[in-house]
Amino acid sequence: MDTFFLAVALGICFLVLLVLYRVVYGPGVFNRVAAISAVGTKTLIILLIVGFLYQRVDMFVDISIVYALLNFIGCVAVAKYLEMER
Amino acid sequence: MEAIQNLLSGFFLLGGIFFFATATLGLLRFPDFFTRLHATGKGDTLAVTLSLVGLAIHEGMNVTSVKILMIAVFMFLAQPTATHAISRAGVRCGLEIWRKEEEEKHA
Repeated sequence: MDTFFLAVALGICFLVLLVLYRVVYGPGVFNRVAAISAVGTKTLIILLIVGFLYQRVDMFVDISIVYALLNFIGCVAVAKYLEMER
Repeated sequence: MEAIQNLLSGFFLLGGIFFFATATLGLLRFPDFFTRLHATGKGDTLAVTLSLVGLAIHEGMNVTSVKILMIAVFMFLAQPTATHAISRAGVRCGLEIWRKEEEEKHA
């Protein structure tokens, strides 16, 4: 099962690399924010799988909760800021 | 019991990675901001929920599994909210909406 988890984590890492294209080259700030939000959700899953691989899920799950909250709050804050900027 | 747990967990994780892949494909290939958000908003929500449920099944019945399911519920609420906020900001900033005729006219 560890090998399977490692394969899933590597696959999601590859998808993060693909999304990073949209972060770097995406036209305009909105595409970048959407892509960064997608990277954040993928990182959440990678973090939990790394916790399973290290046999320390009880510690990594709290880090994941904080990461999910920060991802959501960051996205909403940037959206509000861009709305104000107009 | 262990085998059933592993099978269900693997099934959910593979479903999650499939929807992650489709969301990424949509984010890379769709023509404008709103269609990209349409792909990634719903695809990522479903993929995160499936992956978290799979990991919770693998963990079994304890506090950590409950915490993972709490993250799943939170993501299921928060991800559409964030998508809505950023797309409303896009509408209010006057981003152009892609139409098929424009592409034909340019081509």
